[in-house]
Amino acid sequence: MNEFRITHLKELENEAIYIFREIAAQFERPTILFSGGKDSIVLVHLAVKAFYPANIPMPLMHIDTGHNFIETLDFRDDLAKKINAQLIVKLVQDSIDKGRAVEEKGINASRNKLQTVTLLDAIEELKIDAAIGGGRRDEEKARAKERFFSHRDEFGQWDPKNQRPELWNIFNGKKNIGEHFRVFPISNWTELDIWQYIMLEKIDIPSIYFTHKREVFNRSGVWLANAPFMERKEGENIEVKDVRCRTIGDITCTGLTLSIAKNIEEIVTEVAASRTTERGSRYDDKRSETAMEDRKKEGYF
Amino acid sequence: MVKNNEDFDYMNMDLLRFTTAGSVDDGKSTLIGRLLYDSKSIFEDQLDAITLASKRRGEEHINLSLLTDGLKAEREQGITIDVAYRYFSTPKRKFIIADTPGHIQYTRNMVTGASTANLALILVDARNGVLEQTIRHAYIASLLRIPHIIFCINKMDLVEYKEERYLQICSHIQELIPKLALTDVNYIPVSALLGDNIIHKFTSMLWYNGETLLQRLENTPVQKDHNQTDARFPVQYIIRPHSTQFHDYRGYAGRIAGGFFKPGDDVVAMVSGIKSKIKTIEKDKKTVDIAYASESVSITLENDIDISRGDMIVKCDNLPITNNETNAIICWFNERPLQLSGKYLLKHTTNDVKCIIKEIQFKMDINSMENDAFDKHIGMNDIASIRIKTTKPIFFDSYNINRITGSFILIDEATNETMGAGMIQ
Repeated sequence: MNEFRITHLKELENEAIYIFREIAAQFERPTILFSGGKDSIVLVHLAVKAFYPANIPMPLMHIDTGHNFIETLDFRDDLAKKINAQLIVKLVQDSIDKGRAVEEKGINASRNKLQTVTLLDAIEELKIDAAIGGGRRDEEKARAKERFFSHRDEFGQWDPKNQRPELWNIFNGKKNIGEHFRVFPISNWTELDIWQYIMLEKIDIPSIYFTHKREVFNRSGVWLANAPFMERKEGENIEVKDVRCRTIGDITCTGLTLSIAKNIEEIVTEVAASRTTERGSRYDDKRSETAMEDRKKEGYF
Repeated sequence: MVKNNEDFDYMNMDLLRFTTAGSVDDGKSTLIGRLLYDSKSIFEDQLDAITLASKRRGEEHINLSLLTDGLKAEREQGITIDVAYRYFSTPKRKFIIADTPGHIQYTRNMVTGASTANLALILVDARNGVLEQTIRHAYIASLLRIPHIIFCINKMDLVEYKEERYLQICSHIQELIPKLALTDVNYIPVSALLGDNIIHKFTSMLWYNGETLLQRLENTPVQKDHNQTDARFPVQYIIRPHSTQFHDYRGYAGRIAGGFFKPGDDVVAMVSGIKSKIKTIEKDKKTVDIAYASESVSITLENDIDISRGDMIVKCDNLPITNNETNAIICWFNERPLQLSGKYLLKHTTNDVKCIIKEIQFKMDINSMENDAFDKHIGMNDIASIRIKTTKPIFFDSYNINRITGSFILIDEATNETMGAGMIQ
């Protein structure tokens, strides 16, 4: 029986499905953090496979900054309906209105960081014990040290120097009341793996990942979308360009890629040839060398 | 629609996980940096960032270790604290590197990185030859039963590329081999700094006819690294749809830990011992004719028998060992030492049971590879042979036969910390 050969995508799929089933078995109130981006779409696709023919035994939760690409919201609602999953939406605006979070000021103001407040409040309110994220270790250097099962203390904080060792395929999800876990089933996937898998599995993704004409302006080499709540500096003129999203986050800090890739095959080719990382156009990571580690310690995704 | 084009070769790519162990100055970071750089896996913005950071620190060359040292504390102290995972691929294969620090106090990281690896890359500085740490790394690779080992004799440029020096080091290593359980061992002379024999072959070592490091990494067979003979299916989760269409459906979800299964196989559910037959195997929303080790599937049985998480489905003619006492090699990870007669939660496959430490047989000196029967203090980063007793019988294989059904972790129920990792003898 030696003819069995498994490709890297199928091996990663087997691993992720295994993680999903461990989550369902070890936790009482797991929740998938769903942004509408490609990583969380792949995450949902894997969850559906893991529990087939049953519905996925966990809701989807979107932490909504209110600063969205409208296309992703429609996509989010349709997907939840299609797979029969409960969708929870928590608004950053509510956290601001309640005085739990304070809006950033200035030209680079973003609600990206404020999501942490809304997320931690939701985890506490809904007693979520496992928040499942689409984080990948290849995204950023602090994420390279992240565990599959990542323990958070009662303040939602990550202690990177004191992580539990993870061996073989044995995952320790034990915790005290008030603590929770972040779980990352696609830890070992790279950006290219995600795109290849989307192509292999013919997974639907929001239209903004494909080339389209959009009003944009350039800030320090990063193309940002024009939107009503975006403040522009002098000299940042609106232009219309052929762009697509390489990553989807809060619109205020998601850089767009100049691209004419119109289908998934062309995206795979483009990503394979790319000489910059996908987070290279994320304004939130450019704030300092350890921007991601600092946010993660506080409880960011 | 798949184009027959180089970009789409990934349909046939497979995956190799390897671990690298080494100390601060043996060139490990340089070697990984070289692999990533020469295989074009470093992105421009990453290179820009580390070039800037190296300059700011007043360093002459681009410090490739800044790529792998991700945490603030690591950058400040110039050391690697934790296992870092790195990814690169060639048209043939995707690679996952578990990059582990090699200082003695970080045995726990080496063991963690080694636990999932198909291959271990062990660096030897050609000037220094075999050191205590080389032995330590080889010993851990052997203990964790990593199927393939490559010894990279690095810094050949600093010994004038002399073949005698290379052969001398290889023969030192070969003297150690009988004491270790290493199977597939390879040696490659390299200069990570200059990139010699990493991806490219230069003219400086014409006496070396073997493969470059990348060729060896690409050509190492990985498909037989899982146990292929003893069918084992630890039940992870029960799938019950409660829907009209799948009213009576009861699927046992899990990842096959050894061998293979087919519909019609006569199986027995361990703990209850009740026999049944496999009705269907589902993978990827479809029924399949056969499923192999490492695949995540759901199995349905002909009879409705009582099976829950922690049980194991196996073939009737090939049973695992069932016992409530066993000997194991344990690697200890916590500052609080292993307690003789101490009680821990034992996590083995999908099964959780309580256990007690009956006996500490000996501690292993991983530098001399000698056993010490008198030292019973098992502290952080120590390795020891122990005897444990569980409250309920567990079903296992020897770790030498199956790395999944032969391994476990111990958890302190008071703190929930993972205290140690065990390999059943």
